[in-house]
Amino acid sequence: MLLKKLTEAMGVSSNEDEVREIIKAEVEPYVDRYYTDMMGNLIAVKGEDKSGPRVVLSAHMDEVGLMITKLEDSGLLKFKTVGGIDERILVSKQVQIGKSKIPGVIGAKAIHLQQKEEQKKPIPLNKLYIDIGAKNKEEAEKLVELGDLATFTTKYSQIGEYATGKAFDDRLGCAAIIELMQEEEFDFPVYGVFAVQEEVGLRGSARAAYAIEPDLAIELEGTSASDVPGTEKHGYSTTVGEGPAITVMDSSVITHKKILKGLLKAAEKNEIKYQYRRTNVGGTDAGMISLVKEGIPAAVISVPCRYIHSPVSLMNLDDYQGLKALVKGYFAELEKEGF
Amino acid sequence: MKDLIEEITGIFGPSGSEEKVRTVINKKISNYVDGIETDKLGNLIAFKKGNGEGKKIMLAAHMDQIGLLITHIDENGFLRFTKIGGVNPKRLIGQRFILANGMTGTVGVEKVDEEKEIKFDKLYLDIGASSREEAEKHVSIGDSAIYKPQFDVSGNRVISSYLDNRLGCAVLIMVLEKLKKSPHDIYFVFTVQEEVGLRGAKTAAYQINPDLALAVDVTITGDTPEAHTMDVALGNGTAIKIKDQASITHPMIKELLILTAKKHGIKHQLEVLEHGGTDAGSIHLTRGGIPSGTISLPIRYVHTPSEMADLNDIKASIELILRVLGEEI
Repeated sequence: MLLKKLTEAMGVSSNEDEVREIIKAEVEPYVDRYYTDMMGNLIAVKGEDKSGPRVVLSAHMDEVGLMITKLEDSGLLKFKTVGGIDERILVSKQVQIGKSKIPGVIGAKAIHLQQKEEQKKPIPLNKLYIDIGAKNKEEAEKLVELGDLATFTTKYSQIGEYATGKAFDDRLGCAAIIELMQEEEFDFPVYGVFAVQEEVGLRGSARAAYAIEPDLAIELEGTSASDVPGTEKHGYSTTVGEGPAITVMDSSVITHKKILKGLLKAAEKNEIKYQYRRTNVGGTDAGMISLVKEGIPAAVISVPCRYIHSPVSLMNLDDYQGLKALVKGYFAELEKEGF
Repeated sequence: MKDLIEEITGIFGPSGSEEKVRTVINKKISNYVDGIETDKLGNLIAFKKGNGEGKKIMLAAHMDQIGLLITHIDENGFLRFTKIGGVNPKRLIGQRFILANGMTGTVGVEKVDEEKEIKFDKLYLDIGASSREEAEKHVSIGDSAIYKPQFDVSGNRVISSYLDNRLGCAVLIMVLEKLKKSPHDIYFVFTVQEEVGLRGAKTAAYQINPDLALAVDVTITGDTPEAHTMDVALGNGTAIKIKDQASITHPMIKELLILTAKKHGIKHQLEVLEHGGTDAGSIHLTRGGIPSGTISLPIRYVHTPSEMADLNDIKASIELILRVLGEEI
């Protein structure tokens, strides 16, 4: 199962190798060629010699995670976060570190030993550590190096039409592009951009777009769903199960009107349930892509995910299928009308 | 001049929806230029040819304006919204807004104990609909709204919504109307999406690749009671920007502007702005770097529906631009 394979892989920003290898193997039989650029972005090209608009479908391979910053004499590891993680949810999570996936657990003082005051507040990052069962620094050094990256060990699972797992942001986008390339023949050149380093500043994909110079770009993302207790209904950014979310504007991009109209038309025509993303906070790679060179019309479509950037998030698989259907529907419009 | 400012400040065109502004400007300037096109992001780029001996100059004024983005329609027909660009939620209560279709609404607030609680999630736009169904006939999530345009002349000053930056657009239009000849190839660029991150000017500058660039935009003043310290005053002339948060004016441009103003006796002041930025901020970092500066139009009460400008400052700004374009650089 593709989503399982992709989300369980390790790919903290700058260390996307494992994810890249999975994607290469998946797309190879279906694309004209693929290559990895200087940044580490993987670009898979299908229908390169066809006429018509050159389209980028972009998703990022990297996920938020942790970086080892110090090996203590005790053999415990200090760490920092990579990308936006809520530090309060880290304690007691199981992690895996580095290429050899050394298992560890994020530890802190047990409840019996805490002062009353300590129990009232979340444990700050500087009081947390990763325990890999090493007796001392020397032993730890055999297993882990400074700068190694760590992710949560969350396994993918399904509950009815819902899926839980880590790194839905944005492996679901990677999975969607892979499946689109596997399932579809395009009448125009499609460049699947699997980008690096989105979570640390939207760094990868714009470099790929600079080289490709597409006519338009669509970013496929996992976005936050706030349809949970504690949020008023008018504050829901997206709602799980209500279909893929179309962005009108976020902090990085205003969706190009022509693409927006095309997406809405495709949704109506094919009776695809969709929702708008109803907040303007958060940025995506589409923002950086849109400002490359002379400007590239760009749009974002997302699958709503609850508990995003945490060890486990939840999404609706019908929303995921809806995202793919929306892209297919839009591509049909592009084939007919051009861009 | 007043008629042009009134007309152009009254057009609907928040960031990302600049179409109507572009259409009006296109119509007004197409007879004065040698070429005109709309680029991929929606910037309007007009070209006026020089005599082949001058420089390639880009002038930029942004067409977009701040506003609201509708995010939710509730069962009673009230609209919830977030901001487009720099909008202060505490100043919105009682303000009227219009949608692209002209529908008017007023901003109300949920009950709050203190003013500091007033954030966007406490505000709503009431367009007079009494149910979601009724509201949805006029508005959809993702639509944008702007302050209902208001324009007045008081003495030698204009009070208007959206002088930021339709005043800059008006100035460039008037420059085009008056410009007889220039040695330079000049690109008049009316940019999109400035208010959300100086975006349109960046891609336009990449395409044009000019030798130098000037943004024409508004700036704030420090001449009102108990104002933040700032040495720009309404009526003291065109403001030559030295620095803001997004750019430091290139020394060559700074000198060019100051010397030209002095030479022709144009009333001017120097501007150091601690916050904010103009299109020059993104233009000067394009490609290998583009020497850039900003000619600022001083206004009071920026980003409120009642911005105020002085007609003499506007005239001085137009004259400075004309003089700069008329001479060899």
